[in-house]
Amino acid sequence: MDNVLLFRFEIVIAVLILALLVMSLRDFNTKVTAFLGTMNILLLVNFLAGWLPMATGSYFSGFFRTTDLIVFEKNILNLGILLISLTSYQWLKQSEHRLEFYFLMLSSIMGVFVMLSSGHILMLYLGVEMSTIPIAAMSNFNLNEKRSSEAGLKLILSSAFSTGIMLFGISLLYGAVGNLSFDSVIANLHPDMLTIFAFTFILAGFAFKMSIVPFHLWTADVYEGSPIAVTNFLSVISKGSVVFVFLTILYHLFGGLKEEWLYAISILSILSMTIGNLFAMRQQNAKRFLAFSSISQVGFVLVGVAGASVMGSTSVVYFILIYLLSNIAAFGVISAMADTTGSESLQSFKGLYKSNPFYALFMVVALFSLAGVPPVAGFFGKLFLLTSGMNSKLYVLLGFAGANLVLSLYNYLRVVKYMFIDEAIETIPPMKRNRQLTIALVVCTIGLLAIGFIPELYQYISQICTM
Amino acid sequence: MDIVQLLIILPIVTLLGMIVAKKELHIKSVALAGSSLQLILAIILTTLYVQMRQAGAIAPYLFQSSYVWFAPLKIYFTSGIDGISLVMILMTALVVLSGVLVSWKINKQVKEFFFLLILLSLSAYGFFMTTNLFAMFFFLELAVIPKFLLIGMWGSGRKEYSSMKLALMLMAGSALVFLGMIGLFYESGMQSWDIQDIARLNIPIATQRVLYLLLFTGFGVFTAMFPFHTWAPDGHSSAPTAASMFLAGISMKLGGYGCLRVATYLLPGAAQELSWIFIILASIAIIYGAFATMMQKDLKYMNAYSSVSHVGFIILGIAMLTKVAITGAVMQMVSHGIMTALFFAAIGMIYDRAHTRQANELGGMLKQIPFIGAAFIVSGLTSLGLPGFSGFVSEMTIFVGSWEHAGIFYRVATILAAASIVVTAVYILRAVGFAIWGSITNKEFLKLKDATWSERTATVLLVLGILLIGLAPFLFVRLIDMDTTTIYQKLISGVLVH
Repeated sequence: MDNVLLFRFEIVIAVLILALLVMSLRDFNTKVTAFLGTMNILLLVNFLAGWLPMATGSYFSGFFRTTDLIVFEKNILNLGILLISLTSYQWLKQSEHRLEFYFLMLSSIMGVFVMLSSGHILMLYLGVEMSTIPIAAMSNFNLNEKRSSEAGLKLILSSAFSTGIMLFGISLLYGAVGNLSFDSVIANLHPDMLTIFAFTFILAGFAFKMSIVPFHLWTADVYEGSPIAVTNFLSVISKGSVVFVFLTILYHLFGGLKEEWLYAISILSILSMTIGNLFAMRQQNAKRFLAFSSISQVGFVLVGVAGASVMGSTSVVYFILIYLLSNIAAFGVISAMADTTGSESLQSFKGLYKSNPFYALFMVVALFSLAGVPPVAGFFGKLFLLTSGMNSKLYVLLGFAGANLVLSLYNYLRVVKYMFIDEAIETIPPMKRNRQLTIALVVCTIGLLAIGFIPELYQYISQICTM
Repeated sequence: MDIVQLLIILPIVTLLGMIVAKKELHIKSVALAGSSLQLILAIILTTLYVQMRQAGAIAPYLFQSSYVWFAPLKIYFTSGIDGISLVMILMTALVVLSGVLVSWKINKQVKEFFFLLILLSLSAYGFFMTTNLFAMFFFLELAVIPKFLLIGMWGSGRKEYSSMKLALMLMAGSALVFLGMIGLFYESGMQSWDIQDIARLNIPIATQRVLYLLLFTGFGVFTAMFPFHTWAPDGHSSAPTAASMFLAGISMKLGGYGCLRVATYLLPGAAQELSWIFIILASIAIIYGAFATMMQKDLKYMNAYSSVSHVGFIILGIAMLTKVAITGAVMQMVSHGIMTALFFAAIGMIYDRAHTRQANELGGMLKQIPFIGAAFIVSGLTSLGLPGFSGFVSEMTIFVGSWEHAGIFYRVATILAAASIVVTAVYILRAVGFAIWGSITNKEFLKLKDATWSERTATVLLVLGILLIGLAPFLFVRLIDMDTTTIYQKLISGVLVH
């Protein structure tokens, strides 16, 4: 029984998926309000259940494992899907395929959980695939829109490409090590040519998933073409989970190649931060803007990753939590704007503070967090990443990170200027308040304002990263 | 809780009070009450501090306390004050209260305006009272965005350009500061961000050089040090009056304080080797600022450029590394803070009434609005360093301290700096002549009304501050003497650390 409980997160998600099937049999999803209400409650229960004490250990000869850190990461992601569900309420209400949305989202999160708990590379690969394919279907959700189909197709193709590359790396690794369980890879890893080749391909595969420059080319188009809820999921859950796994891959699996990957990571980090920021400057579409912003954010994450220490992983996990809250809040406001004005352009945010002060305040907190401005949590998140980067003495990387802090501030301040300083082009009508969105935005905002002043959280993450 | 922490708690309570308040008058009253209490608290703190020192307290910082913030990263909110931070806190409290009073007429988005003003004061108090580098950085950055919004939302002229330029340049400065600070943290074996702990380290001279340049330049951007001063004229001229008072009065001092307390004090070896760079930059700033001021017709631009020149004295005093010059630099920080606040307040009052800031379009202000005209004259005379006012003692102390260096390089720098006083006298007297003396040039000005009660109170407070330093400088010297001595001794001993 104890062993079965190691799968508690996955079991709960499986039960939710089954519940969806039952609902579809009974046509419950046509009772829109009741269905969405039920789903939100179920996701809330799922999130709360995640905090119950949890068994840790491994099962299936080490194929599947659970640690306190993995449990915490899954909890963060559970919070993420709950918040995304709440922010997407209005859109789901109008969509015909709300049941499918939940079905795909939960399937994807199931893949994410498998990926996080994997103790064997095949299991990891399975998880990556399981989490990606449903998202490709989700991006194609607005069936009548050409750009949505294009987004779906782009995601399928690029993920197939990245999977291929990763799989090739895995097979080379198998050739080099002779076994794919994490333990034996760690034990038998030598920095020879074959292993470095294998690592390079696996790294490239993950870089695709995290949209690290130069593997980012799909990102902006897919973000723009997908419905906002899906973009939100992609930018937060999908990316966040891969970052979590990436930590394990680098620090544990390929810990022996640290000397090699440190420079690769530094170069990728510099490229992502700089190119993400420079391209974000030119964007007028809010979703494309956030796409490039997320590319630059992942560059900052890599600075922390390059710290290669407990401080590094602590800062990364801490930052991902903050990033999740910031992005969900930003996308929440963008979706409210899109519902009201029908526009996703940044220009349409002009004068938002005068017409809709609350939404503007939510947005400004999210943007300041992304920019790393105190007292909002993003400030701490970013600086801890930089501090941990100091650990590896990569001074050039830190220099670039410092310069990029300024570039990114320009990007986010541009939107703040639109909302607070500029006059509206057309007066934005007061947005319809929907309770679910407001709850999600309030939760994100309180989180962002409070996290920097709840040091226990960082301490807890540091503790579970040490274990 | 220690009494020093009230300096943080009071602004927070004021902010909360303003959020709750609904009517404009209530919001303003909360801001006024909050900032008055801040000044009272700062005065009480000074009295207690003096008493404790007289009773024989020799700890470098008094009223020390420490709260754990991020334990795994060794970040603590450590607070404590010495004479230098105390005078900065006093100056902040004075400028904040006068800023609130001068802004009494604001009627556009009142709540937001006063909220941002008080938030700025919070950041300044936090910066001056903490000894933990990370906390210091937190407060330094906290001040950037309110400035951006204050200029962008309530400013005039090229406000969008100015606010963005200011935010980006200050952020770039703070990025340098942060890199320098992580370097110091790393040098402590990633064990402490605390100034007192880091001061005990023997940092290798090669590392010191890099960190010193990073930190001095980073803080220098905040001080509007040449050639990173360009945000200041634009920012000051576009900002609403109270924000200009804050920007020039307080914010620029955050940089000066950082240059002294962090860059110079913690990296004495590098300071001895490299401070000549900043002496050159300061000398250029002093002369360039003074000549650039002469060219200005807009009173606000004039004061902004003259600030560049005056803060050059601060940098010069710090970079000269003698005890007297450092004491002068601290006094100049306080003096310039109050003087420039008064200057901006007077210009703001004139602009509110005459709707122009062009010196040649004004005239006869003393006849029509004598109180405001007098305030302008007092600030002008302080600026040109007339004996009896604060500018004289602080600048003179810097010159005396600088002259202690016998080398030709230092002598030339000192002479150049001293020569700027002549240029200052020219532009100040010319501005006073154009705008304040003479007969009224525009008939519209005959309708102007003199200062309101709030403006009068603010002016009186600031003038008292100027006179206090000008007539009884020994009070300030006594307060800061022990700490400038400590810094000087560290600088002397620092040379041996190689």
